[in-house]
Amino acid sequence: MNFALFVQYALSGITVGSVYAIVAIGFNIIYCTTGIINFAQGEFLIVGAMTAISLAQVAPLPVAILGAVLITTALGAVVELVFIRQVRNASVLRLIIITIGLSILMREAMLHIWDEQVRSLPYFTGTEVSTVTILGAHISPQVLWVLGVSAVIVTALTLFFRYTTTGRAMRACADNRMAARLCGVNDRWMVTLSFMLSAGIGALAGCVVSPITQTQYDMGAPLAIKGFTVAILGGMGNSMAAVAAGLFLGLLEAFVVSVLPSSYKEVAAIVVLLLILVLRPSGLFASRDASALRAA
Amino acid sequence: MMRLRIYYPVLAVAALVVVLHIVLAASGNTYYMTQITMSAYYALVVIGLCLLMGYAGQISLGHAGFFAIGGYTVAVLTTCNLTSVRETPAIGLLRSLGLLVQWQDLYGREILSFQPWLAFLAAMLLTVLIALVIGLPVIRLKGHYLAMATLGFGLIIYRTVLGAKTFGQADGISNVPAFGLVGSLQVNGRAPFRVQNYYIAWVAVLAAMVLSLNLIHSRVGRALRSIHQSEEAAHSLGIDTYRYKLATFILSALFAAVGGALLTHYNGSIGPSEATVIKSVRYVAIVAVGGMDNLWGAMIMGVLLNFLSLRGVFGSFDDAVFGAILIGVMIFAPQGLLRVPRLRAVTSLLPRRSHG
Amino acid sequence: MRTRLAGILGVLVLACVVLLSGCKKSPEAPAPKQAAPAAAPIKVGAIFSITGPASFLGAPEAKTVEMFAEKLNQAGGVNGHKIELLVRDSGGSPEKAISLAKQLIDEDNVLAILGPSTSGETMAIKDICQEGKTILLSCAAAETIVEPIAPYVFKTPQKDSDAARRIFETMKELGISKIGVVTSNAGFGIAGGQQLAKLAPEYGIAIAISETYDKQATDLTDVLTKVKSADVQAVVNWSIVPAQSLVAKNMKQIGLNVPLFQSHGFGNIKYVEQGGEAANGTIFPCGRLLVADVLPDTHPQKKLLAQYKNDYESRYSEAASTFGGHAYDALLILTEAIKKAGSVDGAKVRDAIENLRGIVGTGGVFNLSPTDHNGLAKDAFEMLTVKDGKFAIYQK
Repeated sequence: MNFALFVQYALSGITVGSVYAIVAIGFNIIYCTTGIINFAQGEFLIVGAMTAISLAQVAPLPVAILGAVLITTALGAVVELVFIRQVRNASVLRLIIITIGLSILMREAMLHIWDEQVRSLPYFTGTEVSTVTILGAHISPQVLWVLGVSAVIVTALTLFFRYTTTGRAMRACADNRMAARLCGVNDRWMVTLSFMLSAGIGALAGCVVSPITQTQYDMGAPLAIKGFTVAILGGMGNSMAAVAAGLFLGLLEAFVVSVLPSSYKEVAAIVVLLLILVLRPSGLFASRDASALRAA
Repeated sequence: MMRLRIYYPVLAVAALVVVLHIVLAASGNTYYMTQITMSAYYALVVIGLCLLMGYAGQISLGHAGFFAIGGYTVAVLTTCNLTSVRETPAIGLLRSLGLLVQWQDLYGREILSFQPWLAFLAAMLLTVLIALVIGLPVIRLKGHYLAMATLGFGLIIYRTVLGAKTFGQADGISNVPAFGLVGSLQVNGRAPFRVQNYYIAWVAVLAAMVLSLNLIHSRVGRALRSIHQSEEAAHSLGIDTYRYKLATFILSALFAAVGGALLTHYNGSIGPSEATVIKSVRYVAIVAVGGMDNLWGAMIMGVLLNFLSLRGVFGSFDDAVFGAILIGVMIFAPQGLLRVPRLRAVTSLLPRRSHG
Repeated sequence: MRTRLAGILGVLVLACVVLLSGCKKSPEAPAPKQAAPAAAPIKVGAIFSITGPASFLGAPEAKTVEMFAEKLNQAGGVNGHKIELLVRDSGGSPEKAISLAKQLIDEDNVLAILGPSTSGETMAIKDICQEGKTILLSCAAAETIVEPIAPYVFKTPQKDSDAARRIFETMKELGISKIGVVTSNAGFGIAGGQQLAKLAPEYGIAIAISETYDKQATDLTDVLTKVKSADVQAVVNWSIVPAQSLVAKNMKQIGLNVPLFQSHGFGNIKYVEQGGEAANGTIFPCGRLLVADVLPDTHPQKKLLAQYKNDYESRYSEAASTFGGHAYDALLILTEAIKKAGSVDGAKVRDAIENLRGIVGTGGVFNLSPTDHNGLAKDAFEMLTVKDGKFAIYQK
């Protein structure tokens, strides 16, 4: 394999890897504050993209995307207020089952609102045939957008959690909800905020990958599964690790294709998931002790 | 004496099954039996899953995988055509042992394949083996890690049957022959065998119920319930929680595989759609709505909801209905519909003996 | 314990009541396939994947047959009988297809079943329809539906092998001898891949690389990079949405600038729109529906295609696709056979189907026979291409 080919595969891997990473970060945010794994995370990406596509027919692209992010963020809030908050004394398992049900409902709702057709947002720069050359490999300019937006999201989140009051309040909730409440943090609002945040970044990610991956109502579930794999691989709750894990999985899949028949690509992710769960459930980058609640 | 009382509902259901048959026959609607039979086989999976989720407290998001293992094993072994190698020593030996059978399919082709009962046994053995291999590492996990691991297992099974030529890839395996049981009894989907198969399916379901009732009212069952309530407490009492959970996992896998194998013979085919995540989620939804630890609830809901779904009553909202059920039950009635206090109030109006 | 038992029994009885009342009741014992009274409607069942993963097939198919049946009934029906259409949604699930097929055959006593939309479902109910002596006119593409031939089972889409042949013929004209094949792992993709592999040697074309990708894949740059590294002169993609446009776009983006051939699954202008500029130059075999406007008036299919396209597009406000056309052909063949047989007896209609010749449909001109339960030949396909975002007939 020559260098240009290697770079081509690597870029392909990094592109999908960064999407997985964003989904995983979405999980982590909610997991940190509530301990719930939100199976409907993938759906937020798709709802965001679909909404943006609809809005893009009546508004310029940046406005459409902004609108979609806002609407999806609101949806995240609604989901939390209507479903999650109502459940009293819920075991984590019960909440997981609720989010599974939510993911199904959201998917079906999207099907009936938008129908089953494949759509996509227009490319942010260039068209379907534009290509840029990097180190001998050719990619669509949209890939650079995906990488750029992902980097911005991760950086923004890190800054948010580290330096803003709200961010620190959320981390406090994650560490010990009762103690946070005693310190005057409105923990229930933090939970809602975590859903809103996850939904928002999910929507943004969905919009930026839509030109490349196209958008169809049922794309949420496979994305969510890859997202968990990455979140668990990095260690639940650790967003920086999620980025690393996401890139790792993306690269793994791309290089599996280069040597094996491509039908093994999907199996790679599942095998990784099972191995991690069996061998080191706390994740590759987590230390053994209770760091499961660490945010960003 | 106390023990026998738990079997009364079994007799009641058996009687109801017969009554239903009479009613359907009298009104000329015996064709409903087809979908009732199919639903009964799906209910087998649900019963096993109820044991696992309700009594052992372990969630499984991949149980459709065991259904698929049972069904596909049976399908592959009974449709693999060994005619081209029939003279080789290995095959010759199998033939002389009576393990193979020669038959003609619908198009007049000669097929030499394994006896259905042998295929069934093989399916059971394979299921136990796989459940053991999967269960050993996975049962140790808790909460969402267990959910993810079972999900991963289900996905591997799905990808395997979708990708491998042996399993017919996307189109699955069809032309699966009937499964002869005893005498002229066979698991067969054709119209003349409809009534027979209706009873075969219900016998299977009731046998599973008897087995399960037996289990939960025994020492093992009590151990399981204590594990579900508090694993640490059970452990401190000396109960080998790990072994009990593993055993229940394997048993529930077996139930699912039996359902899969019998339904495959009944339908004459199986496809990758039986191994999808959405199917596993449906099974979980049914157990939840019947009441996590309510075996009868699981059985009733299993038959009812699958029947309605197969008849297309839910139309294009099929998946949405199950999603709504999941959410609704978890929020409003986590004990299941048959345990809601209002229902208790209704049933308490019925006359009862003084010692309840 | 007792109250629990009573409660359970109560629910069981309730369940039985629901079971029985939630279902349609047919008042008398199953009637034979002949509808005896003169003006009795002809019951035709249809199983389509209106929702679910194959809805791009099933939805237009269902709409087409409803439109067609309405039109027939307004004109007085077939031989004086109105068509009673019973459309069912299988959601792409073979188990549901089995259940619905048995329901249509045993309960509703339909004369024939149109559909299903996918090969997997069709194979699941092939035996059931054959044994139930109910005519099955499938809208799915697999060759195994009519090989081996079951007397009561037919299919309307063109043969995959013919599509492959037309592709290879065109390649030879272009001097292409080394190609890469990418297929989806759905039934259609796998079947197509097999035909391509089987027929390539006949045309002296070498398949340098053949890869199967997941039908839900969202990015195919890695698979196509592998194809690019094999130095191929053309790429054949055999899949359905969404991969078709994805392959086109990814190829251009990674700089794989060789001709792209698609299968006859490319039969909807929406896929061209999805592919944008990348779709220009695609070459594929297809039924003539997509270029009905530019066909010469003397072409036997012109009138029917133009009419179907107009009717469909004006009624449903969406572009007509070749998939809906397969369902049109299915109902067309059935009604022509009923007219020819002069009766609605199942066996007679079946015999009539086998003797239909020269029936002009959307997929081509059908010539059925006891040994050919599809009736379409290589010329049913027209080689099409995409120019400036529109379909055009391919010219060398």
